[in-house]
Amino acid sequence: MTISIDPQKTNNESLQPKGWLRYFSFSLDHKVIGIQYLVCGFLFYLIGGTLASAIRIELASPMSDFMPRDVYNQVLTLHGTIMIFLWIVPVVNGAFGNYLIPFYVGARDMAFPRLNAVAFWLIPPSGLMLVASYFVDGAAQAGWTAYPPLSITTPQSGQIIWILSVLLLGGSSIFGGINFIATIIKLRRPGLKLMQLPMYCWAMLGTSLLVVLSTPVLAGTLILLSFDIIANTGFFNPVLGGNVVVYQHLFWFYSHPAVYIMVLPAFGLVSEILPVHARKPLFGYTTMVFSIMGIVVLGLVVWAHHMFTSGTPPWMRLFFTIATAFIAVPTGIKFFNWVATLWGGKISINSAMLFSCGFIINFVFGGITGVALAQVPFDIHVHDTYFVVAHFHYIVYGGTVFIIFSSIYHWFPKVTGKMLNEKLGILHFIITFIGFNLCFAPQHWLGLNGMPRRVAEYDPQFQFVNQISSLGALLMAISTIPFLINVFLSVRNGKDAGDNPWNALTPEWLTSSPPPVENWEGEAPLVEEPYGYGKEISEQK
Amino acid sequence: MLNKNIYLILIISLVFAISFWIGFNVNLLPAEASINAPIYDELFKILFIIGLIIFIGMTIAVIYSLFKFRKRNDQIGDGIALEGNLSLEIVWTIIPSIIVLLIGLYSYNIYDRMGGMKELNHNHEMMSSNTEKIWAGISQTSDNEIAINNLSIEVSAMQFAFLFNYPKGNFISGELHVPVDQKVSMKMESKDVIHAFWVPEFRIKQDIIPGQPTILNFTPTKVGKYPIICAELCGPYHGGMRASIIVEEESDYNEWFNKNKKPEVNL
Repeated sequence: MTISIDPQKTNNESLQPKGWLRYFSFSLDHKVIGIQYLVCGFLFYLIGGTLASAIRIELASPMSDFMPRDVYNQVLTLHGTIMIFLWIVPVVNGAFGNYLIPFYVGARDMAFPRLNAVAFWLIPPSGLMLVASYFVDGAAQAGWTAYPPLSITTPQSGQIIWILSVLLLGGSSIFGGINFIATIIKLRRPGLKLMQLPMYCWAMLGTSLLVVLSTPVLAGTLILLSFDIIANTGFFNPVLGGNVVVYQHLFWFYSHPAVYIMVLPAFGLVSEILPVHARKPLFGYTTMVFSIMGIVVLGLVVWAHHMFTSGTPPWMRLFFTIATAFIAVPTGIKFFNWVATLWGGKISINSAMLFSCGFIINFVFGGITGVALAQVPFDIHVHDTYFVVAHFHYIVYGGTVFIIFSSIYHWFPKVTGKMLNEKLGILHFIITFIGFNLCFAPQHWLGLNGMPRRVAEYDPQFQFVNQISSLGALLMAISTIPFLINVFLSVRNGKDAGDNPWNALTPEWLTSSPPPVENWEGEAPLVEEPYGYGKEISEQK
Repeated sequence: MLNKNIYLILIISLVFAISFWIGFNVNLLPAEASINAPIYDELFKILFIIGLIIFIGMTIAVIYSLFKFRKRNDQIGDGIALEGNLSLEIVWTIIPSIIVLLIGLYSYNIYDRMGGMKELNHNHEMMSSNTEKIWAGISQTSDNEIAINNLSIEVSAMQFAFLFNYPKGNFISGELHVPVDQKVSMKMESKDVIHAFWVPEFRIKQDIIPGQPTILNFTPTKVGKYPIICAELCGPYHGGMRASIIVEEESDYNEWFNKNKKPEVNL
């Protein structure tokens, strides 16, 4: 049996604009949509990064002197919201998922191409709306967590636009999740078994389950919150008998899984990158699959560890401590497996490999502070301090963003047919790695010693360490320069990559670079061993 | 082979030695000024050492792999076709599980010693209406202490200040004064948004929630003046929402208390 091409669909696609214009169109091609997600996400990353720089400038001195205090709160709210909902979630899920999943399952497109395009085109308007809310009456200023009653009592227009924007982005995320599940389960090429899929498919399957199960809860919560703001209802408003802690439970029921929605795809991507550049099979495929699913299940029952100081009963604190700490086990398995993948390989030290190894080191650090934070007595001192800020930046920046860069270095030749410059890439890695650790490592100490998060001013004894942190942030800002130069130069004048510069075995490399509209000229290849490195050699012996 | 094992054992012992040395000699925490603090610091030290062992070990493994197994210029072909090793994978599932379980049990023990698992003493029920449900913060108790000795203080938080009501003295203070080595029991409630009461030197924190009183008990052990910090984003001046807790000798405290005390008739 072969997959037949619907002639109607092919006709539609020939009507689509060609060349760079298609990236601004309602394209149905999963590869175009993937790049749309990536570039759109990166633009928002630059905006979110600018906001982060503003925060670090404000915190370079103990006084609140760089911007008005309410603007500072808007900046930190927008920074968090943009980085999570407009950069990391759309990029690790939408961008790489759309580009890679159809290749990996041997399909010519996603299961629902139109839904796919709708999911992407929800993002730019809601993102712009969110940024523009600053100019209406000030943006939301209750933090990305929007805890009531603060979110009810701060200026309404900003908060309502924030809710609307997050609802649209959540909708986009759900559409994407449904599409990924359908594509992975139903569109697999005949003969391709689930346990032969590249690991990123499993990561996206797990992630999409989390998206579909938990995002509706956030949507419902935010709708109730908007009723409290607009219609004076009392779901979460204590003045009207509402309960503010219920909001926190509902919010974190989504927002803790959201962490896994941000890191599981990165786990998948790094599992694709390491075997290629280490020239070795992925170590422990089966345990990797089970650990992903273990993380999905555990990830749904740990949310209250964000609320250890909120006033929760002791038994609940204990349950969530144990559940949270146990996530370290499946996560640890994955990290041991990656190191074992490197062990005994023939490792090419290139930008993709360096960013992936940077990811392992940073994430292990963030994971260790995570296990510590899971312990109630530990958390009670450092909750809502810079220790927590440092911890989650180690997870989402040191972890996921490092993998996004690693992935860009890895798949750029596939998308464009050109190589990125390795020297600029390694420079980018070195500045990012040093800047990142300089920025966030000292923040652990700040939190332990008495600096709460989300403050525009602090005690003078913290000034020196904050300035080190700001210096690190400056380096992080600078690190994007070699990256951008590299991308712009290489798109035009990069070295020709050929179809498969890394000699990789996963299916996306078994077609031309850039790939044709329908992914393969002929039938999709059946890749039974996506990580079969070293096989021919041992057979020859 | 024997040589390799000796190196491995040497490196592992070195990692342990370095981690223990750092764990015992590098202090990342502020002064200890409550009964809670030394218990907390004990937990911190253990977690810090275990964390260092894992982090240093993993980092060495990654960097060593990058050097040892890097592709030399003249090399072609792939690494070994090793797809997994069941016994190794079982080992690194079971060992972390045991470590995590032990940490969990240990932190349960710590939490219990901080008083987290104790039922709250009933001292406050006289002050709160009967239908009101009170949510607990840490309620630490040494066994010989009983309600008689307690200092009951009502804390109210608002944008952007803390107020401390001493019901027995019938007065309100902007500074929290407490005698050293005596158990203090606070009932906290917010007038507007969520705030949090944090004293880093005491290693305690509890959110102060509107419409839902919370309780926090502690016993200061060191005379001095410490900051009370609001740790929950509460508005533009959140960073400036501070108060002080002054821990003093009992005689000094009584003097301060009697100076501020107002007679009942004023009610």
